[in-house]
Parts: sequence; C-alpha cells; structure tokens
Amino acid sequence: MKTKLKPGTFAAILIIALAVAVYTLMPFFLVCINVFKNANGIVADPVGFAGMSVNQLAANFTNVVNNSNFSFWYAFGTSVVITVISLVLLALFGGMAAWVICRNKTKWSTAIYMVFIASMIIPFQVVMLPLISTFRDVGSFVGLPMLQSIPGIVFAYCGFGGAMTVFILTGMVKTIPYDLEEAASIDGCSYEGIYFRIIFPLLKPSVVTVTILNGMWIWNDYLLPSLMLGQNGRVKTLPVAVQAFVGSYVKQWDLILTAALLAMIPMIIIFLIAQKQIMSGMVEGAVK
Amino acid sequence: MGSPMGAKQSAFGRFQGIFSLLLLAGGAALLAVSLAADFTGSRAAWRGPALVIGIAAFFVGLYFVPTLAHHRDIINVIFLFPLLFTFGVTVIIPLCLGIFYSLTDWTGIRYTQFVGLANYASMFREVSFLWSLLITVLFVVFNMILVNLVGFALALLCTSRLKGVGFFRAAYFLPNLIGGIVLGYVWQFVFNNVLVKITGASLLTNTPTAFAAIIVVYIWQYAGYIMLIYVNGLVTVPGDIIEAAAIDGANAFTTLIRIKIPMIASTITICTFLTLTSAFKQFDVNMALTNGTGSVQDFFGQYLTNGTQMLALNIYNTAISKNSYALGQAKAVLFFVILACVSLIQVRISNSKEVEL
Repeated sequence: MKTKLKPGTFAAILIIALAVAVYTLMPFFLVCINVFKNANGIVADPVGFAGMSVNQLAANFTNVVNNSNFSFWYAFGTSVVITVISLVLLALFGGMAAWVICRNKTKWSTAIYMVFIASMIIPFQVVMLPLISTFRDVGSFVGLPMLQSIPGIVFAYCGFGGAMTVFILTGMVKTIPYDLEEAASIDGCSYEGIYFRIIFPLLKPSVVTVTILNGMWIWNDYLLPSLMLGQNGRVKTLPVAVQAFVGSYVKQWDLILTAALLAMIPMIIIFLIAQKQIMSGMVEGAVK
Repeated sequence: MGSPMGAKQSAFGRFQGIFSLLLLAGGAALLAVSLAADFTGSRAAWRGPALVIGIAAFFVGLYFVPTLAHHRDIINVIFLFPLLFTFGVTVIIPLCLGIFYSLTDWTGIRYTQFVGLANYASMFREVSFLWSLLITVLFVVFNMILVNLVGFALALLCTSRLKGVGFFRAAYFLPNLIGGIVLGYVWQFVFNNVLVKITGASLLTNTPTAFAAIIVVYIWQYAGYIMLIYVNGLVTVPGDIIEAAAIDGANAFTTLIRIKIPMIASTITICTFLTLTSAFKQFDVNMALTNGTGSVQDFFGQYLTNGTQMLALNIYNTAISKNSYALGQAKAVLFFVILACVSLIQVRISNSKEVEL
C-alpha cells in the first residue's frame, strides 16, 4: 500500500530531517570554514565567512604538518600500518580459529569458544594497567620491545579483537555446508587447503564485516596506543598525535582545527567510498 | 576422516621427514638458547629475534611432519595458536593479574605485600570516586533513554517515504566514524568559541551544564548508529501486517505503538544494552571535552574538582596521573563486575524473549 503522504506532513518531515542534518553536520562545517582563518579571525567570528583565505589555509596546513609535536605524515603512516596489519592478521587468524572451532566438536573447542564469548564483556579498563606492566616485563625479559613498538601494539590488537572476530566468523562458518569440504577432501584437497581454497573465499562477506568493525575501532582508538606508545613517545598514532598536539597548543584553534580536519579526512574519504558496506557492517556487528 | 591415504603417501618427498626434523630441532634449540640467555640475565640483542625465529621454525617443522594420522590435529593446533596466544597474553593473563594486583599494594611495577580488600575499602571512602560513580550512573540512564528515543525517531524519519533518505542516513551516521578525541576537541571549540556568543559564559565551565554538554555530544555521536540498527529492525516488519492494520482503521500512531514497537522488541533490547555499556565505558569524549574538571561545592561535606569525571576517566587518572595503581586497578575490577552483571542481565532477557517468540 503506497499511499502518498499529505503535502503538509511531507513538508514537516522534510523540515525536521533537514534540521537534524544541519545540526549533525554543523561541527564539520565549522571546522571546514575555520581552517581558512588565522587565530584572530576565528576568535573574532567563528561562524561567518569573514577572514577566510586560501593562503591562510595553506599556512595552517604547513604549520600543522611540519609541526614536530604533531608530525602528521608520520602519525598518519603509523596509524595506517598498525590498522592494516592488525586487520589482515585478525581476518586471517580469526578465520582459521573460527573454522577449527566450528568443525571440531570436542569439549576443547567448545571451551575455547565459550572463553572467547565470555571475554567480550571484559572492559579494556580492567586489563589496561596489568597489560602494560606485563608487556613491559615480558618484553624486557625476552629482549623484544613490546611497548613503544608497532609489532607490540599489533599483537595487542590481535588479542583484543580476536574474540569478536571469532564470534562473527564462526557464525558464518556454520552456514557453509560440510559436504563442500568432504567433496574437496575426496578430490584430494589437503586439510589446510580446504580452508584456504574453499572456506576462506566463502567467508568474504563476514570478513568484510569484521574488518569494518575492527577497523573503525582500531583507527579511532586512543586509550590503548596512548598507554602502550606513550603520550610523547617515538611512535604515535593519529589520535595520540592529536591529543599531544592539543596539549601543547592550548587555545590555538587555527592549528587545532586544522589538525582535527587532517585526522578526520581519511575516515570520511573511506566512508564516502564504502558507505553501504560500512553502514551494513556496523549493523550486522551489533545485531549478532 | 576419509582422507585419500594412497595419494597422500606418495606426496611425502624423500627429504620431508629430515627437513621437518631439522626445523623442529633447530627451532627448539633456538628457543632453548634464547630462553637460557633470558634466565641468565643476558642483555644480548639477538635473544629476542632468536625466540621469534625459533617459534616460527618450530611451527613450520611441525607443519611438514610426514604423518597422516595426526596431520589434522597438527593443522588444528597451528590454526588456533596465533589467536589463542595473543588473546591469552593480552586479555586472560592481565585480567588474572589485575584481579590479584587489586588485592596488593601494587605500584605499577612491583608489589610488596598483600593487603586484602583495603583498596576496595579506601575506594568507597574516597568522595570524589563516589561522585564519579554517581554521575556515571546518571549519564548512563540519561543516555540510554535519550539516545534510544532520538535514534528511534531518526529511524522512523529514515524509513518514511522521504526523498533523499540515503543522504540523511549517511549524514546522521557520519559523527560515529570519527574518534572521540578529535570530536571532543571540535565540540570544545563549538562550546567555547561559538555557542559562548549565545550563552554568555561557556557551558563547559559550569558543572551541570558541562555534564549536559557531554550528554549532547554523546547523543550527537551515537544516535546515528542506534538509528541504523532501528532502521534494520523496522524494515523487517512485514508490509502486509501494516496494511492490514490500516484497513482495520489504525492510524499511524496506533500502528507505531501496537505493531511496529512490539515487532522490534528484540532490536530495542539490543540497542538498550548497546547504549548502556558504551555510555558506561565512555572515555574519549569525556577526556577531550572537559577532562573531568568542574567544581562541586558540597558532596558529603567535601569540595570536589572532578565534577564531570566519569568512572573510566577516574580509573585512568587514579592510576596514571595520581600514580595509585593498586587503587585504580581495584576501581577497574569494580567497573568490570558492574559491566559483567549488566551483560548477564542482557543475556537473560534476550534468552527469555527468544523462548516467547
């Protein structure tokens, strides 16, 4: 039944929707116009277009990008490396573990699965302090830098993301018919080959979902990198760099807002490209 | 399992056994030497890489062991090991240590004695902590109600026959993409430099309004996400039921109350608990927006300066800024217990709903 809305109702809904959209996008808009101004211009008129100039934008960008407290390109590169490696490893290891757990119905696999599920309620706060001390002690004991190093933080993300990844991927493995694996086995496919040639390609939709969920979390995460890498350590991710930058330039809004814009741009570009996948992935992750 | 024995047997090369044995032995030897260096207090730089290479070589050797009977088990172990190992080291061991440390005088580096429940006792004598607990509960309750109401209203908006629904959906969801730290500073700018022209003094300087500001920012960030989940629920309500209701004379409001809401009860449960747990864990926005500051004139006879400091930030500050690791850890354990109880209640409710359906 596709009755048309009455024009009055339609207009009312449209106005409300637009008003909410204006409200949601307003902070982004304010950031975008104020990066064209210098510090005095922002304080004098933060909402108007007065005092905007492209030269000022260029100056703000150069100031922020070349700033040694922010070191944008370095922080950006570190964030990309950490996020990408963690996501690849989580998808790979998560899929492997999910498949083994799902296809071997022993009391061990059930126990491992239960521990993973139960661990999803553990908040980061309860493990963060002992985590740092464990990483520091184990790292110095075996001679591997676990803190202030990219491998160390990737290791931590694999540990923290593992439970949710296994949970979602196990749900997907369950839907793949076992006959497929038997047929492959009869055709001479090795046991590990079954996973890499048959199961993993079929897991693709769920791998996309977990990659989006983990990616949003890892890219935006502040607490774990700030504790593991240190506020002013050698290695920095983007959120840590923003925090360190703001700490050293209190109230210099021209620089802070430019830094904020630089930190937001990568995520917004990815969202514009993969809008559908991101939105459906976020919903699937929550509903499951 | 019916694996093709004959075909597989010929697949083993003549040297596979030796190759595997070499890797297994070499890996184990490297591992042993590296661990021996660790235990004798050597500071040599090679012992770290040796450990990693040793473990890797051992697993590669394990993979090439020429066995048919145990090949499946070996692969199972190799496939499970990476995730279980990282999970154990980053979650299980710190959790156990954390619970233990909360009962000692841990300084973040070492502990000298077992103090029983003393940390837990002193935590409840700390008035500023009680305040954090109180405002966290308030924050959670406000958010649970408001985020769900706003999210649901937006979902209705986005499922109505409106032009450009895709744009609105994306626009409402956009804030959820950006990390809390960056968002917090952007909003700090909005409150301190833009809205201040209307409000006179910045809303962030006064504790109650600063608290309200955090709620507003949080709704702004989170409602779009909750909206998506409600949209997902609303589109599953079958069109013919709504049509039947309309024929029976139900207006839009009655359809909403009597049909749509009962049909998406499970979605409501999900969203309620999602907002509950995430509001409870709120840290980034709290830190970037007010960093917990705000004065409270009189709470149990004390003047407080942590007016907007929520539990997660209180734990962080206790340990990192005030350097009381044991106390911070005890607070974190309490935090965990509260969340665990909430999650158990959620599982209970979800299960009982499933039985009904």
